[in-house]
Amino acid sequence: MTRTVAHSGTTDSPYALSHLDALESEAVHIFREVAGEFERPVILFSGGKDSILMLHLALKAFAPAAVPFSLLHVDTGHNFPEVLEFRDRTVAEHSLRLHVAHVQDYIDDGRLRERPDGTRNPLQTVPLTDAIQQLRFDAVFGGGRRDEEKARAKERVFSLRDEFSQWDPRRQRPELWQLYNGRHAPGEHVRVFPLSNWTELDVWQYIARERIALPDIYFAHEREVFSRSGMWLTPGEWGGPKDGEPVETRTVRYRTVGDMSCTGAVDSDATTLEAVITEIAASRLTERGATRADDKLSEAAMEDRKREGYF
Amino acid sequence: MTSTTSPLTAEQLSATTLLRFATAGSVDDGKSTLVGRLLHDSKSVLTDQLEAVERASLGRGQEAPDLALLTDGLRAEREQGITIDVAYRYFATARRRFILADTPGHVQYTRNMVTGASTAELAVVLVDARNGVVEQTRRHAAVAALLRVPHVVLAVNKMDLVDYAEPVFAAIAEEFTAYAASLGVPDITAIPISALAGDNVVEPSANMDWYGGPTVLEHLETVPVSHDLAGCPPRFPVQYVIRPQTAEHPDYRGYAGQIASGLLRVGEPVTVLPSGRTTTISGIDLLGQSVDTAWAPQSVTVLLADDLDVSRGDLIAPTATAPAVTQDVTATVCHLHERPLRVGERVLLKHATRTVKAIVKALPYRIDLSAGLAHENAPAALEVNDIGAVVLRTAEPLPMDAYADSRLTGSFLLIDPADGTTLTAGMAGEAFAEKIPAADAAADDEGWDF
Repeated sequence: MTRTVAHSGTTDSPYALSHLDALESEAVHIFREVAGEFERPVILFSGGKDSILMLHLALKAFAPAAVPFSLLHVDTGHNFPEVLEFRDRTVAEHSLRLHVAHVQDYIDDGRLRERPDGTRNPLQTVPLTDAIQQLRFDAVFGGGRRDEEKARAKERVFSLRDEFSQWDPRRQRPELWQLYNGRHAPGEHVRVFPLSNWTELDVWQYIARERIALPDIYFAHEREVFSRSGMWLTPGEWGGPKDGEPVETRTVRYRTVGDMSCTGAVDSDATTLEAVITEIAASRLTERGATRADDKLSEAAMEDRKREGYF
Repeated sequence: MTSTTSPLTAEQLSATTLLRFATAGSVDDGKSTLVGRLLHDSKSVLTDQLEAVERASLGRGQEAPDLALLTDGLRAEREQGITIDVAYRYFATARRRFILADTPGHVQYTRNMVTGASTAELAVVLVDARNGVVEQTRRHAAVAALLRVPHVVLAVNKMDLVDYAEPVFAAIAEEFTAYAASLGVPDITAIPISALAGDNVVEPSANMDWYGGPTVLEHLETVPVSHDLAGCPPRFPVQYVIRPQTAEHPDYRGYAGQIASGLLRVGEPVTVLPSGRTTTISGIDLLGQSVDTAWAPQSVTVLLADDLDVSRGDLIAPTATAPAVTQDVTATVCHLHERPLRVGERVLLKHATRTVKAIVKALPYRIDLSAGLAHENAPAALEVNDIGAVVLRTAEPLPMDAYADSRLTGSFLLIDPADGTTLTAGMAGEAFAEKIPAADAAADDEGWDF
């Protein structure tokens, strides 16, 4: 009809990149910008899939040289043992340097208090920001994606944090083209999100394409779990199950990996990457909606934690 | 996990391309509804997100779920019922992945739309069929033209409220197309829709059989995403020098970066700017894999035949088509910050991978993006959301292209050296592809007679 200045044909040129290549290229660009502009960058590394993906991209970005960043993990004390083991194996394999901040240390000496619900995710903020200040990191890579949560949808790729590590969504720098502004005063730092434009499905497809190894708990396995608030949680010293929460053995897998007290498993028989991708493509639940208890605390739970310095 | 939709095959999933697009619309023209429908009908709104919206809507006494809550993510936005800032949203079909820069239609529209349009390959401009082309529509068209967004879609919305009448659509489409084409927008597609009723958004409309064109989604899925590489001069800003200095790679010295435009080949004679030294490309590593050619926007590592002094901030370009270097930059800018920009101000200019000192030498004019693009000559300052011309003198020479030739090596930021605030977004060279049609009223007032 009224196609006035029409273009011919609808096929993409041979130079069009696949969406995974485009996302990879963009993430590599972000890693190299940080390497070029900052003194002491660090990658937040938990052994979960997003941080494993970040490390993989960083390895590609600087090959054949080593990754010019160290790693930082905030250990809640309630981590899945197989994930910690994977973390340490990965660090050794690539001769990386890992810093660990322990939530347990803060609880032991009274700087933090255990919450009644046993959830330690919100307690990570203080050890994280302390570590950033003490180790003088000026750029901190996080695996956060804008598709995860609506407060995160408002996050910049380069996100300036003040000397209290606070995020103020109303005072963010506009971000145009690929011109990232990393200027900051001493004591301030920049959070950097190279996976901002990836979705959960992109992450899994890329992991499959690149054959990236992951901890086993991402694949279906038999596990003792109990139900709380509609989620399958793993029993453990963190404080579950309580009376009236029967434990049963189910075939499950994890979509996210975090603190055991608030990260739920989903029923699944996906034992391969291909099966996981098929399952996610068909899922009617978001990753965080399916498996994260802490985001359900309030409508603005993530925003409030991010304002305080959480990732 | 429940499965209700048919999953895409692995081949479908990985062969797709990525389209970045932006939406522009004023407050009541139905942009949220259009975005909501694209997300909803492409099954990108998942059950738990919808439940959260229903819960929140009920919690504040609304009977139906308020779909705006899907997109308004921040506490202040929900409290005030406004959208503060650009948000990026993601959805996919079997043919393509989409990144949508959802720009709010509020007072801060110009800066936000400029931000969203800077990375967009397509802009959707919404018009209410009852109102036709209004001042805001012209402003949106002008921003799309200014930012050189290659494809513009005019979505004539609320066709259900004008009895799906073809003449209404045709008149609006003709007026808009004439205006946008006069600004130099290369590709304009007009689509009559009803976002509320779902006509021509994802599904073809049964109410408008006179329309034979694509639906909005169909157009988004098929519009070409990469441009004619042969016509773009290759540009490679050096981001970082990779020197392993290991036993395995004792002499490796690679220049890492993302190709900003064009295509690079091994064996090509190149010039390194601003020094002007020449050499040839001896190798290209595409993230660990050696290749003969690479093109924008691939991130690669380039190896050079000669051992030149090359560092972050330099630009590598084919000797035959290398840009000139200059310390005098004339550009069209959008001022982004509440702090005004004045003549004499000392700023930092970030261009590609280089940041240099610069001084604002002149503010030749300010443009009113509505109706006729009227000029105000030599304004006292550029205020937030202002579009205007700037003349800058830089402390070091820059290889800057015209924005018309390269959106990445023709763009820059101005940054406050004191606190790092991003002040201004700049586009080197002429503002619009075509000469601005409007007469220069302010110049006439001053008695200029040529």
